This record gives sequence, C-alpha cells and structure tokens, in this order.
Amino acid sequence: MTIFGVPTQALFGQLLIGLINGSFYALLSLGLSVIFGLLNIINFTHGAQYMMGAFVAYFLLQWAGLGYWWALLIAPVVVGITGIVLERTTLKRLYQLDHLYGLLLTFGFALIIQGLFRHEYGSSGLPYAMPGELAGGRNLGFMFLPNYRAWVIVFSLAVCLTTWYVIERTRLGSYLRAATENPALVQAFGINVPRMITLTYGFGVGLAALAGVLAAPIYQVNPLMGADLIIVVFAVVVIGGLGSIMGSIVTGFGLGVVEGFTKVFYPEASNTVIFVIMAVVLMVRPTGLFGRAS
Amino acid sequence: MTATTDQYVGSAAPAVTGVSTPRVVAFLAMTTALVAAPFFVYPIFLMKALCFALFACAFNLLIGYVGLLSFGHAVFLGSAGYGAAHSAKVWGFAPELAILFGTAVAAALGVVIGALAIRSKGIYFANITLAFAQMAYFFSVQAAFTGGEDGIQSVPRGALLGVLDLRDTLTLYFVVLVIFLVGFLLIYRAIHSPFGQVLKAIRENEPRAISLGYRAEQYKLLAFVLSATFAGLAGATKALVFQLASLTDVHWTMSGEVVLMTLLGGLGTVFGPVVGAFIVVTLENYLAQLGAWVTVVQGVIFVVCVLTFRRGVVGELGTLLRKSL
Repeated sequence: MTIFGVPTQALFGQLLIGLINGSFYALLSLGLSVIFGLLNIINFTHGAQYMMGAFVAYFLLQWAGLGYWWALLIAPVVVGITGIVLERTTLKRLYQLDHLYGLLLTFGFALIIQGLFRHEYGSSGLPYAMPGELAGGRNLGFMFLPNYRAWVIVFSLAVCLTTWYVIERTRLGSYLRAATENPALVQAFGINVPRMITLTYGFGVGLAALAGVLAAPIYQVNPLMGADLIIVVFAVVVIGGLGSIMGSIVTGFGLGVVEGFTKVFYPEASNTVIFVIMAVVLMVRPTGLFGRAS
Repeated sequence: MTATTDQYVGSAAPAVTGVSTPRVVAFLAMTTALVAAPFFVYPIFLMKALCFALFACAFNLLIGYVGLLSFGHAVFLGSAGYGAAHSAKVWGFAPELAILFGTAVAAALGVVIGALAIRSKGIYFANITLAFAQMAYFFSVQAAFTGGEDGIQSVPRGALLGVLDLRDTLTLYFVVLVIFLVGFLLIYRAIHSPFGQVLKAIRENEPRAISLGYRAEQYKLLAFVLSATFAGLAGATKALVFQLASLTDVHWTMSGEVVLMTLLGGLGTVFGPVVGAFIVVTLENYLAQLGAWVTVVQGVIFVVCVLTFRRGVVGELGTLLRKSL
C-alpha cells in the first residue's frame, strides 16, 4: 500500500519519529516559554539542562542502581535544584538590565556545563537501557509501534497538558500570569514574586531534565545531545510565539510531525524545514502564531 | 547635535567626527604595534587575530550602536569564506576579486536576512538570526560546492592585482593588515557619521526617532547590511589566509565566539572588539591542546563578563581614564 507513491510503512514510521521529536520539542519549548514568561530571559542553558537530566538518569543507574522510573522522578528535581541555585546566585542580579545579558549569561553556563561533561565523558554516547516494562512493541496492522515510543508521546503530552492546565486554569497559575503582566502590583498584594520567579525557573529547568530522561533510552546519553537540539527548539518557540504555553505545545508536536513528513517527501530539506517555516511565519506574523503583540 | 548619553555602554563620545586625542593616540599605537608585530610573532597567528578583529568590529557595529544582538553572524563570515574560496579555486578569480566576490555574497545574504530579521527586537532578533544561521549551516553541510565536512581546501592565494605574490607570508600579512585597517576606519566613519548618530537615536528611543521623521527600519537594515558586509570581508580574507573555507566558520559556535570577543573587549567601544579578538584568539591558541577546556574557559569568560565586567576591557579602561575609547 502506498500514499503519494510512498509506502505507508515508511510514512507512519516517519510520523512516529516526528511525534517523538515533537514530544521533545514541546517539552523543551514549554519550559523555555514558562521561563521567558516570568523572567523575560531566553534560557540558553536549556539544552545543557536537558543533557544533565539524561546524565542524572545514567548516574542513578550506575552509582545507586536506581532505574528508569526513579530517574523520571529524581532527575527533574535534582536538575531543577541546580537551576534554582543558578537563578538565586547569578540570574537574579540581571533582572534590572537589558534582557540580552540574561541570554549571554545562560549561554556562558551552557558552554561551561557542556565543556565539563565533554571533558569527562567524551563526545561518544553512553548507552542507557530501556525499562523492562516498556520493552518490545505491538503490531498495529499498518505499522509496528514500539511500546517505549508510545509511552514517550503519551507521557509528554500529559505533562504538557497538565502544565497548561495549572497555568491557565488554577489559582496558582493566575498568580503566575498576573506576575508576568505586572510583578510590582502582584508583589503589592502580598505574593512573594522573587520566590515565584525562582521556583518557575526551577520548574522550567525540571521540564528540560524530564525530557532528557525520556530521551536517554532512545538517543544515547551524550554531552552534546542538547547543543544542536536547543537551536531547533528556539525556532519552535519563535514560531509558536514566545511566552505562549499552548503555542509551544501545539507548535512543538506540529513541527515534529512536519519535519517527519519532510524526511519522507523531500529528505534534503528535513534539517531546514523548521527554519523555513519560521521565516514564513515571521513575514506574516512577527510575534509568532500564538504570540501576543508586544 | 550634541553627544548622546550612552545608557548601555561607555560614556559620551565627541559628536559626529568622533576624533579625539586619546583615540588618535590609541589608533597610532595599534597601527605601530601591528606593523612591528610580524617580526616578533608568528604572522599566521596575527592574521587570524586580525580577521577576527575585523569580524568583531563588524558585529560591534550592530550590537554597540543599534543595540541589536545578532546570534547568527557566523553566516556572513562563513558564506563569504565559501564565496571567496570557491571563486578563487574553481573559477580562478584573482585574490582581490575573490575577496570582493565573497564580501558581495555576505552582503547579499545580509540584505535577505536583515529584511526578515530587522522587524523584531531584543531576544526575538537574537533567536531569528540564530535560526537563519543554522539554516545556512545545514545548507552548507549538504550543498555540493562547499565540500561538506571537508570544506574547500588548498585555495590558491595567487597574486594581488597580478603584482604582489601572496604566497609570501609577510606580503600577505601586510595585505591583511591593510584590509583590516580599511575596514576598521570605514566602520569607525560609519559610526561617527550623521548616519551613526541616527542609529544611536533609534537605539535609545525608536518611536521618538520615527516621530522625528527617520525611517528607523531602513536605517537598521542598512546597519545590518554594513555589518554583514564587513563580517564578509573578514571571512573572505580569512579563507585566503588559511586557504580553507570550512563548516567551522558557519557553525553557531562561531556566532557565539564573536559575541564573546566583543563582550570581553567592550560593547560599543571603538577598540574593544579588536582587543577582545586578540585576547580570545590568543587564549584559544594556548588552550588548543586542552580540548573541551576551551569551551569551559569561554563559558567562564562569558559569565564573569556579564556578572562583573559588563563594559569589557576597553570600556573599563576608558572609565578609569575618563576617556572614550
């Protein structure tokens, strides 16, 4: 069976890969968006923190014998705490300055973290075993679906939607959105905005680490796994509109799928298609698909 | 027109001409040092530093005077390198034509990318330029003429204007030095012209500049294209010096490096990018055998600069001497 001259097997295979990549794009751009919303900083360290998540999972297994499920719980917390330390000690000094300094500082941290890990572990990947419960796969008739990949898609979608719900539909989220609009006024109402900023940064970083743990069994654990990925995620965020929560989720998954299909129909463009879309979107809507006019 | 107050960087500079005694002294000192240097220091190393210095000056034109942080300037350095290398090697262009052609390639790319990116500001602008640069990078990986991972190797240096044999390292050095000085002075002239004053006005308060009748977008685009062109000049020259155009020059780490040089030297200072480029190139030269530590050191410099040293070496020196450098 073929569609547009392409075997359905290949088509669905690439759709699956697209959804997997989309899951990572969505989780990472969601974290970037949440951070940007409150801190007005583009967190360039995000790719390194994603990599740290995968490494924490690897360390937990090597040193403590704690498997995948523990890693899924512990890694985001550990990496989130390093993020909180980073925010408390350095980032918070820059809020009064041009936002570009935040970009430069986090870029510096990304270089340091990636450099240290590369020095210690080289640039070849370390294997991370798939959890036993999710090994194998099932035949859907038209394609073979590995269980682990299905899990990644479902789980990251659930995390994304929960985050969206918390921010858009709960009281805590309303404080957060209010602080995004006018931090001084929210503080005047007795809410500890600096602490909220710190925790938000920790949460965004935790999301990146979570994505890292999810990625560990699929890709290998590699010091540079986040270095190039983060550039694509930046494009995803720009397309979705900086600071838009739903925008990040929808464009994350959507662009993953578009990229997957491009691999089937015009493989040469698969690396660049997201950037081309970005250029087109910017011509039509400079603030991104879901962004508000600044 | 009076001097603008520099909210971001340095202190007020003499209006329009920008020529002041400390600057003249600094320029003469720099030129003398660079003329004498090849007799004491390895010339190839100096030429590398000069190319990066010009690259950083071009970058500084945009960040220091328009307030736009481009995180994709490698695309201009790299594309000009490919243009020069390809035209010299495959089409047999003379070196001066190859450099001009490479520069023209970068300028053309500057028009296209600039037209798309200039409508955004701040972080958006940084992200968009970064994405375009990445697009150019993937194009360079795949396109046939760039030679992919190998790059374009053993580019002939030829003879400049058919007279000066560039295979002689010292001759090449002085040609590169002249190119650098011409680029440096042209950028200096652009910054301190009425055009440069309008750029600063737009940086300080864009709506106000527009209400005064300046077409802000056109000014910003012109500044972007100028910056791309000079970055291209640096890239094309670099390709002839090293007889190589490769993916390294298009990769986003190179865009990060030029930010580092300019930040370290001093954003928006005249001599800062040159000093920053020389420091970074020297550091990399000494740290090269340490592998991944280069990245760590670069990261540390970024962090230290941003947290404690935002004016950069030259900016801090200027504040100390109470002179605008």
